[in-house]
Amino acid sequence: MIFRVFEKEELKQLFDILSDHNRVVAPVEAGRDGSGRPVYAFSDVREFNDIRLNHTVTKLPAKRYFLPFKEDLATFTIENDNWHKSIAYNIEQPFILFGLHPCDINALNKLDKVLLHSVYPMPYYAAKRKNMFIIGFDCIPQPYCFCRSMGADTALHGFDMFITDLGARYFVEILTDTAYNFLRHIRTEEPGEDDHILYMKVVAERNEKFTAHVDTTDLAKILDMEFQSDVWKYWGDRCLACGTCANVCPTCYCYGVEETVDIDLKGARKTKMLYSCNVMDFAEVAGGHNFRPERHTRLKYRYYHKHRGFVEAFEESLCVGCGRCGESCLADITVPEVIASVRGSGRNE
Amino acid sequence: MNPELRFTDVVAQARPQKRKDDIRNFEYSYRAEITSIYPLTDKETLYRIQIVDPDERRRFSFVPGQFIMLEMPGIDEAPFSISSSASIRGEVELCIRSVGNLTNFLPRVRRGTHVGIRGPFGTGFPMQQMHGQNVLLIAGGLGLVPLRSPIAYVLENRSHFRDVNIVYGTKSPAQLLFTYQYEMWRKDDIDMDIIVEKADQSWKGPVGLITDPLKDILSGRDTEFYYNTYAIVCGPPVMFKFVCNMLNEFHIPMQKMFVSLERRMHCGMGKCCRCNVGSTYTCLTGPVFDYWTVMNLKEAI
Repeated sequence: MIFRVFEKEELKQLFDILSDHNRVVAPVEAGRDGSGRPVYAFSDVREFNDIRLNHTVTKLPAKRYFLPFKEDLATFTIENDNWHKSIAYNIEQPFILFGLHPCDINALNKLDKVLLHSVYPMPYYAAKRKNMFIIGFDCIPQPYCFCRSMGADTALHGFDMFITDLGARYFVEILTDTAYNFLRHIRTEEPGEDDHILYMKVVAERNEKFTAHVDTTDLAKILDMEFQSDVWKYWGDRCLACGTCANVCPTCYCYGVEETVDIDLKGARKTKMLYSCNVMDFAEVAGGHNFRPERHTRLKYRYYHKHRGFVEAFEESLCVGCGRCGESCLADITVPEVIASVRGSGRNE
Repeated sequence: MNPELRFTDVVAQARPQKRKDDIRNFEYSYRAEITSIYPLTDKETLYRIQIVDPDERRRFSFVPGQFIMLEMPGIDEAPFSISSSASIRGEVELCIRSVGNLTNFLPRVRRGTHVGIRGPFGTGFPMQQMHGQNVLLIAGGLGLVPLRSPIAYVLENRSHFRDVNIVYGTKSPAQLLFTYQYEMWRKDDIDMDIIVEKADQSWKGPVGLITDPLKDILSGRDTEFYYNTYAIVCGPPVMFKFVCNMLNEFHIPMQKMFVSLERRMHCGMGKCCRCNVGSTYTCLTGPVFDYWTVMNLKEAI
């Protein structure tokens, strides 16, 4: 890995050069919540000053840029009894994701495992993922962040460059030649021993700020043991089965496919829509049999997939600890609390 | 040096070694023609579907137990077990009950209609491992549909098997599928027991649960028989439980008991998660599982 440091005002310069030639997506302030706190969102950006690099976790992940909530897998032209199928992967140009936090980068790395590096790689995801240039940015841990427990508080790969704020200057890790060449447009220098020490100090101070924790010791096994536990019923009774948690999750990739005929009957489309395993008909089969008819069985399945099944398949959990699901949940269900209760402590008792 | 990103064409970059690794295959469907439509009961129809392109037809092969995704553009796409002999390339028979978007539309189409086929997907029954062994083929209701492919294999390779029993149960005689084939199967030295839960006036056979004839077959045999017997079980979830428990009581080895699970796949390729049991993808690790694996899956049956 190659490291550089640069003066803070150089970042605007870098942005201006990149945004002159490329589409840039970055966190902006989208509005204020009821308590007057800023709400952040990823959006197309043209002005450097619109970017909020000190943003806390965005309400929605950057998912819609690589796993759109709705996209056509194929379109058909229909003529009398004949039809023709056209397939497009729905991306025309590469773009830059400017200011992605480590949790969201790790989310992409996890998605890569199932969508890129397993059998039947998914071209719709691959085409977008391979056309994203990612500039990571460090963050200030919030009370709901438990990424450190999930091993997702730092990103080792899955980005092009990663910037850490050293106070007076920026420290940058460079992973790709494209990033290296981009940085030649601004003034950077080799970090000295002082910068290394400062970097380690900044990281150590950040680590002190984590307050939410999840004990993941033996979690895959414990989830199996506690499959019949009453705690699931407790959380299931609270759950509204609305699917918000999946909507805001940076790693939820489940979907459904629906076909529709155009109103002129000359075309049809096959549409993929992200889905949530908490929604009632997720596991329903033809004829009406539902394998998970109760809310608690669906909520449990979600934890089971993220914290047990994915671990079995890929040696890591499908949760990055960004805390979005807990922050958005209308019933106030959070991952640290659910897991603590499965482990035998918490508010259900 | 131009600070402009270049577009990466993931399709042009692909260097796949196998069909399953080929990114271009994800949404590719074979164009296929419905060549025959054969009503079996008032709800189930048998469709014979043949891939149109001769090259693709030659390349398309499957093993008994696998499924395909059948697509009617603009209507729906859904998974179906292949119900025909795996020795015929490029052609599948699907027995379809009208219950959903696609299956309620299908009765309206004519012979000659073009549909899309993706697959084959999933695991199959290990027919070659069963050589030299006894085989129990146990089906409840629509479960006979996926069993017809291993039955065809057994018929085509009858000398490789010892005792072969088909045990088939439905709710009523009117629901019995493929009635015209039973005589042929029996003539090929396959024992066939048929039982219905509720008789009608014409029914002269036994009435009861599928476990009744199964118990008769299994009772009084020696350990040598149990150890050298494979069982394939297909049917509704409640039937799995009773049948598998009985097979288990008679100590049929768990690795020799196979079930085919039904789930509503939306992709067939381990992506949509709709068929997940835990996080086991029924479409990749199944639909055919041995009973030991099923016991280790939560909420499988």
